[in-house]
Amino acid sequence: MSTVVLLTLTGLGLAALYFLIASGLSLVFGLAGVLNFAHGLFLSVGAYATWSVAGSWGLLPAMLLGVAAAAATGALVELVLIRPLYTRHTEQVLVTVGLSLAGVALLQSVWGADARVFPRPAWASEVIGVAGAQVPADRFLLIGAAVLVLLGLLAFLRYTRYGLVIRAGVENRAMVSALGIDVRNAFTLVFAIGGALAGLAGILGGMYFSAISPGQGASLLIFAFIVVVIGGLGSVAGAAAAAVAVGLLQQFVNYYGTAGAGDVSVVVLLSAVLLLRPAGLAGKVATA
Amino acid sequence: MILRVNDLSVRLGGSRILQGVTFDVAGTGVTALLGRNGVGKTTTLRAVLGEVPASGTVEYDGRPVLGRATHKLVRDGLAYVPEDRCVFAGLTVAENLRLAERVPDPDYDLVHELFPELKTRAAQRAGTLSGGQQQMVSIARVLLNPNRLLLVDEPTKGLAPAVVTAVAVVLARVAERVPVLLVEQNLAVVRRLATDAVVLEAGRTAWQGRAADLLGDAEATRSLLGVGSTAGRH
Repeated sequence: MSTVVLLTLTGLGLAALYFLIASGLSLVFGLAGVLNFAHGLFLSVGAYATWSVAGSWGLLPAMLLGVAAAAATGALVELVLIRPLYTRHTEQVLVTVGLSLAGVALLQSVWGADARVFPRPAWASEVIGVAGAQVPADRFLLIGAAVLVLLGLLAFLRYTRYGLVIRAGVENRAMVSALGIDVRNAFTLVFAIGGALAGLAGILGGMYFSAISPGQGASLLIFAFIVVVIGGLGSVAGAAAAAVAVGLLQQFVNYYGTAGAGDVSVVVLLSAVLLLRPAGLAGKVATA
Repeated sequence: MILRVNDLSVRLGGSRILQGVTFDVAGTGVTALLGRNGVGKTTTLRAVLGEVPASGTVEYDGRPVLGRATHKLVRDGLAYVPEDRCVFAGLTVAENLRLAERVPDPDYDLVHELFPELKTRAAQRAGTLSGGQQQMVSIARVLLNPNRLLLVDEPTKGLAPAVVTAVAVVLARVAERVPVLLVEQNLAVVRRLATDAVVLEAGRTAWQGRAADLLGDAEATRSLLGVGSTAGRH
């Protein structure tokens, strides 16, 4: 029983990480139609910005800086690189892939290729007893952050004007323009939100793995893309459900199966969803 | 004239969809844009609205508009009711309307007077409405704001006869306030609403004049629209 509890909470912690990355990725693709391979760069910017000043500023202010830096990077990438390419999908892919590779190379050139120990609050290193299992406290930090982000995003999408524009734009952005709305502002906003969430994921991921490295963003991005596809493009709630499914499946199969089987099982799940429900768990409807 | 279209051409995917469309839209009443399927009526509206790249000249209220962003044209009072309604299925009726608000005091009195059903269905998702109800939402979205020209694309397409009549009544009311460029296949609706008519053929303007003259000319109606002049007569 204690093993199941530990695996469940560890899987949910991993799911929280995937959700934080995938939710922004999903909104960007759902609204703007951009497959953003540079999303992992936002994660790394958040993590490295936090790591670089945490020693002098303290962890919490450093985290705020990291999130802000990642959000600004997201907005800047949209304004400078993506905006001229909205009708040119091949070039979009080339630019975002190139940016991702250049970002990793830049991080390596400045801070080296080795992993860096990431700071964490003392309480996050403790363990908490749950139904006989000794669960690291950082799992609860990740899960709590993801739940707050999910609720915040749903409230933003449901109750704000920009949320309304984003939900409508995910369905039919040409019609949003035909109602007199400059949908490009919403594009910039979702890139900034996606960047902020990825930056937060980078910071929490640093605490979860106790380290950050230049390639961390790119490796987590693969599973985030799978979560986006399983959840349904443009759906925040779908991304949350898919992240939970992927995180739990990975943990349980890795423990009860052979090493590495967890990753294979995620690909099998992706294949099954694509065959049985090609639009994903939630289809292409934001928040639903 | 509220709209002047001159030598409008559109090429999409290597095909020339429009090849020099030319016509004017008067500052009052309804101008019907007619023609057989596939002659470029919808493309003409979308080109005027800046949704597809086009060449030629389009003057809206005396100013050239080709190349301007769609949302800016709409904010200048060029409103669009698209073919197939294009309501946001995942949004409620109220959210569809709220999204369309462009002014601080949107005219909900008019919308609820013309479409009282939308008030009772405010919390219903637009995707679950009937075709006629979705058309109400689509028209209501543009009526919330002050407009100077409405582009309305096949508003009666696929609707039941009773709903077609209701839509025609609403459009007649709307046309008392603002000029309308109407793409319509239903000649009964055209006969009822239109003062002027433009007929497209193979991406070009084939005829422009008074709607009554076109619909009263059996030979012209048959050759240009492919139907008898009595079509749509009740």
